[in-house]
Amino acid sequence: METGPPTTDKEYSMRMADRIRETLQEALAPIVLEVVDDSARHAGHAGNPGGVGETHFQIRVVAAGFAGQSRVVRHRRVNQLLAAEFGRGLHALQLTLLAPGE
Amino acid sequence: MSEEVLDRIRRDIDEHAVVLYMKGTPIFPQCGFSAAVVQVLGRLGVKFKGFDVLTDPSLREGIKRFSDWPTIPQLYVKGEFIGGCDIIREMYQTGELQGLFAEKGIAYNDAA
Repeated sequence: METGPPTTDKEYSMRMADRIRETLQEALAPIVLEVVDDSARHAGHAGNPGGVGETHFQIRVVAAGFAGQSRVVRHRRVNQLLAAEFGRGLHALQLTLLAPGE
Repeated sequence: MSEEVLDRIRRDIDEHAVVLYMKGTPIFPQCGFSAAVVQVLGRLGVKFKGFDVLTDPSLREGIKRFSDWPTIPQLYVKGEFIGGCDIIREMYQTGELQGLFAEKGIAYNDAA
């Protein structure tokens, strides 16, 4: 539900999404990497009350390194890689983390 | 952070078979991700104990540290951390969550 204005500062918005992309690209060498800024959809909710923050992202990663790892281990890895972003206002990640062939 | 809250978490996940740390209450979730997990548990008819982290800042920080997990909700089954919203939804869709409840001896309704 969009209860507030969409993210207006595109350049700033690019930065967190790009940082996330770069961090995951370097650390995981993924086959598939999708980073979608979902913040506007959560505008007015907890974590993005003003509706202009970079707070919510959907991330989909397919990486060989995830093979044989539990879901919790995969999520912990990505959360740890993005720990600095949680300190910069990141509030929620929707993660789909797969090994090739899953 | 006081160690007291970590002891409390240990006691709570020991005392209750299924525990959900969430925003809001099972009746009135205050966040879509928490609501989604409540909905899954509701569909399966699983009895669970909900703890609202919004009314308890020390619990909100404590559970993140306890689980080494930066977000809410968090589901525990028989003292074991299972995951957050994405993991629970995936496990429900694949039937792994139902399998986990069966394995742990937790009553659920799979007719849904």
